[in-house]
Amino acid sequence: MGQITLVDVQKSFGPVHIIKGADLDISDGSFVVFVGPSGCGKTTLLRLIAGLEDVSGGKILIDGKNVVDTPPAKRGLSMVFQSYALYPHMSVRGNIGFGLKMAGLAKDEINRKVEAAAATLNLTPYLDRKPRELSGGQRQRVAIGRAIVREPKAFLFDEPLSNLDAALRVQMRLEVTRLQKQLGTTAIYVTHDQVEAMTMADKIVVLNGGKIEQYGSPLELYERPNNLFVAGFIGSPKMNFVTGEHAQQQGAITIGVRPEHLKIERGGTTGWPGTISVAEHLGSDTFLYVDGGPLGMLTARYIGELSLNPGDKVSLTPEPNRIHRFDGSGNAIRA
Amino acid sequence: MATRQTQLLARSLLTPAVALLFIWMIVPLALTLYFSTLHYSLLDPGSESFVGLENFRYFLTDPAFLASLQNTLVLVGSVLALTILLGIPLALLLDQPVVGRNIVRLMVIAPFFVMPTVSALVWKNLLMHPVSGLFAWIAKVFGLTPIDWFNDLPLFAVILIVSWQWLPFATLILLTALQSLDEEQKEAAEMDGASAVSTFIYITLPHLARPITVVILIETIFLLTVFAEIFVTTGGGPGLQTTNIAFLIYSQALIQFDVGSASAGGLVAVVIANIVAFFLVRIVGRNLEA
Repeated sequence: MGQITLVDVQKSFGPVHIIKGADLDISDGSFVVFVGPSGCGKTTLLRLIAGLEDVSGGKILIDGKNVVDTPPAKRGLSMVFQSYALYPHMSVRGNIGFGLKMAGLAKDEINRKVEAAAATLNLTPYLDRKPRELSGGQRQRVAIGRAIVREPKAFLFDEPLSNLDAALRVQMRLEVTRLQKQLGTTAIYVTHDQVEAMTMADKIVVLNGGKIEQYGSPLELYERPNNLFVAGFIGSPKMNFVTGEHAQQQGAITIGVRPEHLKIERGGTTGWPGTISVAEHLGSDTFLYVDGGPLGMLTARYIGELSLNPGDKVSLTPEPNRIHRFDGSGNAIRA
Repeated sequence: MATRQTQLLARSLLTPAVALLFIWMIVPLALTLYFSTLHYSLLDPGSESFVGLENFRYFLTDPAFLASLQNTLVLVGSVLALTILLGIPLALLLDQPVVGRNIVRLMVIAPFFVMPTVSALVWKNLLMHPVSGLFAWIAKVFGLTPIDWFNDLPLFAVILIVSWQWLPFATLILLTALQSLDEEQKEAAEMDGASAVSTFIYITLPHLARPITVVILIETIFLLTVFAEIFVTTGGGPGLQTTNIAFLIYSQALIQFDVGSASAGGLVAVVIANIVAFFLVRIVGRNLEA
């Protein structure tokens, strides 16, 4: 079991409020990603759940029990740190088994569990190596092994992939997701990378300035962002925002259209006119950065190759049912 | 140093300094070697004559030699043990956030900057003096007989003084090492359920292995040659109780005016230092690898 509920959790360091009241319900077995720009409090929120920081107010319930006064080790959670935080003088075996040793398990039981975890993570050949003799991806797996061996109620991941190169990151992303599904253990994962969030999460928590902006499945966030921040943060390239006359025609202060929802016409006159300033040809996609005059810079995405060059005139037409409307305070207007 | 030209330039620019250092080192050593084979007494000038290894035989068979060798090893070993055993808890304490931490740290470091003669005098006359010393006063307050440190426990008194001087060094090195300990490692241990004591044993202490090695090696080099503290406080006595090798050589040369024998002793000390260094590097040097 690993159901985690946050009730009005607050955290301040002196006069600075980092977390301004977070309410959240994480169901057992789900993969929840905290995402947000740096300084939004996502890591702090994770550390509050882990017990590495004390809350300034509110309650954290794990399986219905308030744990705010419980020390980290007794909460039944395990954590994978950004720096991996492996113990440098211990072998892989020692690293993975350290928590079990501290729990006072018998030696052969520790060995059995460590070897089982190592087998799951393809670490068996490296059990007697020291962390410094391992590659980045292997260290990452040792850190994960240290987390799974204790059979926790939930895993906490603090930007675990940010130190890996791009190719390895994609591979580890798959491995972590697969492992979590296989074990069925609740996971909370912190990242600033919205691609990681979209690909891994069952549910995403978008944090900004210590507040939860939206909590929902990746596609919910993509299709129905609650406000301008979520709309701009989720999706790559960023959503285009247009204010003024065009927005007022839609009964909104700001309207947002994703680059992939703009129809591109060469020299057309029906939509928003503009001049291409940069064209990125990726083969699979074409990204156009269009100077829309009074509309500002617009980004358009075309699936496939589109032979347009800087300086070409285009017109962009938003798909009518894909326009997001926002009011003066940035909140979404739902029809 | 990328090209041959820059390498050549670097070498030719370095040569004068290296040559000067070399001469600086080799001339005294060569002269010591030369004197060690002479009958050379300052009381009997002009009578220098070649005596072969006679000075070495004289120095090594002198009963004072074995006594001073033992004193040297006891002194080095005890000071090392005291500075490290006290330095670790002190460093742990100084690593805690306290008000005025910088001032506290500065004061802890201070004894290291006091020159050995001065600190020995302070200990001798203000602290350990059996009549007017602070320790004597404390003993009298509790109705005890004051200890006459330099007569009853002379070597222990010297060990205390030297330890006091070297404790800041050990503390400082260990403190900087503690500060480089990854905070996330401690947190990981906390998540793993390690108590404060377990964290110290399994995380902190292994992390300190290397700085402890450094402290042992550096302190040993200096502790083998402790002189000022002994000279100022006990003068090597009573008897030979606080005479170490360095002091023995001094007394051969400038109390007995036997330069030849003192030179032989100096060379013996070089050999002893190398033996100690050899074993130290074998035993603790492993920690410096990787």
